[in-house]
Amino acid sequence: MILLSLLQNSEDIRCKCICPPYREVEGQIYKQNVSLKDCNCLHVVDPMPVDGKDVEAYCLRCECKYEERSSGTIKFTIIMYLSILGLLLLYMVYLTLLEPMLKRRLFGHSQLIQSDDDVGDQQPFANAHNVLSRSHSRSNVLNKVEHAQQRWRRQVQEQRKSVFDRHVVLS
Amino acid sequence: MESEQLYHRGYCRNSYNSIASASSDEELLDGAGVIMDFHTTEDDNLLDGDAASPGSNYAMSNGGGAPSSSTHLLDFLEEPIPGVGTYDDFHTIDWVREKCKDRERHRKINSKKKESAWEFTKSLYDAWSGWLVVTLTGLASGALAGLIDIAADWMNDLKEGVCLSALWFNHEQCCWTSNETTFAERDKCPQWKSWAELILGQAEGPGSYIMNYFMYIYWALSFAFLAVCLVKVFAPYACGSGIPEIKTILSGFIIRGYLGKWTLMIKTITLVLAVASGLSLGKEGPLVHVACCCGNIFSYLFPKYSKNEAKKREVLSAASAAGVSVAFGAPIGGVLFSLEEVSYYFPLKTLWRSFFAALVAAFVLRSINPFGNSRLVLFYVEYHTPWYLFELIPFILLGVFGGLWGAFFIKANIAWCRRRKSTRFGRYPVLEVILVAAITAVVAFPNPYTRKNTSELIKELFTDCGPLESSQLCEYRSQMNGSKAFTDNPNRPAGPGVYSAMWQLCLALIFKIIMTIFTFGLKVPSGLFIPSMAIGAIAGRIVGIAMEQLAYYHHDWFLFKEWCEVGADCITPGLYAMVGAAACLGGVTRMTVSLVIIVFELTGGLEYIVPLMAAVMTSKWVGDAFGREGIYEAHIRLNGYPFLDSKEEFTHTTLAREVMRPRRNDPPLAVLTQDDLTVEELQGIINETSYNGFPVIVSKESQRLVGFALRRDITIAIENARRKQEGIMLNSRVYFTQHAPTLPADSPRPLKLRSILDMSPFTVTDHTPMEIVVDIFRKLGLRQCLVTHNGRLLGIITKKDILRHMAQMANQDPESIMFN
Repeated sequence: MILLSLLQNSEDIRCKCICPPYREVEGQIYKQNVSLKDCNCLHVVDPMPVDGKDVEAYCLRCECKYEERSSGTIKFTIIMYLSILGLLLLYMVYLTLLEPMLKRRLFGHSQLIQSDDDVGDQQPFANAHNVLSRSHSRSNVLNKVEHAQQRWRRQVQEQRKSVFDRHVVLS
Repeated sequence: MESEQLYHRGYCRNSYNSIASASSDEELLDGAGVIMDFHTTEDDNLLDGDAASPGSNYAMSNGGGAPSSSTHLLDFLEEPIPGVGTYDDFHTIDWVREKCKDRERHRKINSKKKESAWEFTKSLYDAWSGWLVVTLTGLASGALAGLIDIAADWMNDLKEGVCLSALWFNHEQCCWTSNETTFAERDKCPQWKSWAELILGQAEGPGSYIMNYFMYIYWALSFAFLAVCLVKVFAPYACGSGIPEIKTILSGFIIRGYLGKWTLMIKTITLVLAVASGLSLGKEGPLVHVACCCGNIFSYLFPKYSKNEAKKREVLSAASAAGVSVAFGAPIGGVLFSLEEVSYYFPLKTLWRSFFAALVAAFVLRSINPFGNSRLVLFYVEYHTPWYLFELIPFILLGVFGGLWGAFFIKANIAWCRRRKSTRFGRYPVLEVILVAAITAVVAFPNPYTRKNTSELIKELFTDCGPLESSQLCEYRSQMNGSKAFTDNPNRPAGPGVYSAMWQLCLALIFKIIMTIFTFGLKVPSGLFIPSMAIGAIAGRIVGIAMEQLAYYHHDWFLFKEWCEVGADCITPGLYAMVGAAACLGGVTRMTVSLVIIVFELTGGLEYIVPLMAAVMTSKWVGDAFGREGIYEAHIRLNGYPFLDSKEEFTHTTLAREVMRPRRNDPPLAVLTQDDLTVEELQGIINETSYNGFPVIVSKESQRLVGFALRRDITIAIENARRKQEGIMLNSRVYFTQHAPTLPADSPRPLKLRSILDMSPFTVTDHTPMEIVVDIFRKLGLRQCLVTHNGRLLGIITKKDILRHMAQMANQDPESIMFN
């Protein structure tokens, strides 16, 4: 309901008439908040710059268009985009700056170094482990989240290696 | 039983026809020297005990064999091994196997259909799930494209100022209701404040110019920096255009994570940032990637598509059509683009699905309609002036320019990307992006044509000068005085405004040509369509204005006297811009039909299809004279993806035995015997070699072929057996036959691996010409093919061998002797 009321804004319709230069009169743009049936030169061009018998000739040169927009959609989209961007920035700052600092403070240096080299090189059987172990589910939710995050981090690291370091993909 | 075997065989074979794009596959399968190996030898009879070995060859499809074929109790007890039938990362799928798996699943569902209402509903759901996936993909693509459009427009204008009354409006929307806009300056309104006005308090003057300049560079750099950081930290696969990789994926390659959730999110967010930073790139290619991500994600909701790689690629073809449809507002062009550029196999079913996806996506985008005047057609041209026959000459010249520029761009861009790939320079992607963005911003700001959004530039160039236009490009010297009536758009001499605009356009052209070479391939999402169209539009407009002035000053020449009357409207420069844009885009991507349809849907200029076609054809011919590949194929070759191009022809006269492995000096072919190996020996073979699959033969003496087993399946099966079954030890016997071989009484329990064996590998003889082998690989989507000689196994040809051979042949072509 709120969304609908956001979307119905009376300022979101207009009739725009562009009138080119005519004799001594300069070119002008007229805008008014009228509906489709009133969107013509006689209703919108106000005040009329020419006198009675020239009005028709003047109006023939003008082009009037009816336009609608949805300002609520625009507002909603921009706010949503900026909030997602802000969240991602915060997460990025956390991942790159805060987490190593926290880890170092809690666990010391050795653990940090170990986690980076965890990606073993024991193909093909390592892969088989991955495939089969997916069927084992842990009941602890937090463990699952941590597990998923670790797996995602490893994937991103692999991707980063292929794209940025070895230039295998997407060069 | 024999006929039943053949029936199952034939049933599976018929599925290949549906995936091949040519219609001559029946001939291919039945003749032309290709041997299909599908008999049961007397050895097999002896070992199996009866002739009723399971006819359905891909018994390893996880779901068991078809119910009517296997009658052995043991097979019913065998549960499918989880993970068999999946693929490793960066490997090619086996199209034949995937299609057969799908047929099995379909048959199973259909046979159960009559049993109960629930089964019937399940079969209905299965039949309709394809349309459901495609609908969801279209909806998501449309919504995301709307988001990207709105956000990109807003952020683009953020570089020049803010709208004080409503911060979320861009410049055009801010002044939408204002009555202070004038005819000459359509953008002025008090609510919109440039940065100089906000910070310094004044709008004009050198100080505010410098302040605007500085803020422009600052915003451009920060957007670019944010974009590349997000890409690097969260989803490195989100960089680049995406179309070369999607082409490779659709031809059967697996890149895990390329079409995932994080890639989707980061690509959407960083695309907006990259476009807003003023870099010379577009958003059409990345939108195709975004749409394919949506398609991939939704296909995981339905087991019909998530478990089958071939079916998933049908959805991806439809998704790429939806992507182009929302990028340009061109649904039909999107379908044709998917057919011509992106997809590998495109049967009729995919055509319908793509059509539907493009339709849904276009509908969603239109209903979002944020900008008023229903701007689904991006560059709507409103003129309907006719074009004249002599104008074909400049159109063809524009086509030649497009082809030349395309060839030059491809060579330069590939050279630059190769430099980035192989030298130390490529180690600093963030620095590179910032540098390019800085140079672009610094050079682009002074020129009003490069400062604005590229789409707006194209729109202005496409629009012809009429009485309602007031831009600098339309400042012609008018001859009217107070009493003379105003005639609509006669040919007039150019005023000083037009001359200065021409100079600025020339500089903009050079700038864009140079910057796009360095921008395409950066580690941010970057597309190529809009910059190419901009370059073509600028060139076209310059030619158009030149022609117009020529027609005015030399109206007594033969050409113009025939068709152009003095004082009448003759040349439309906007049309030249349109033709130039199409020519340049065609020169760089080498599209034909889809390009013409896209441009015509973009502009609504139905009368101008013939000039468009002429220019696009010319640019394709000229471009092909310099190199047969478009930009996407060139990038595929640069990255070394295993893409077997179906557009190239293989014309050399080599035979299969010259390409197959093992070559003369190589170690012999690594084969497995069907019941001789122990688990330890098998693991040893797998560990020592790095091959993806191993042929299984009857015995070392006879060398007759039984089937083919993949490395991944073997390792998964062994792991699974060690976990689930008891008594499997290192010296257990491994057998691929139906019944275990006779073993002494105290030997450990044998391991049966028949379920993972592919019983019908493709074989050719060693004298088969490579033309036919390449054709088979292309049309059937094979991964490997075995080579036999006099019925005995000789070697193997893989897709990589073929690609290497083709590359080798291409380099050696002038020297090779061409008689048979």
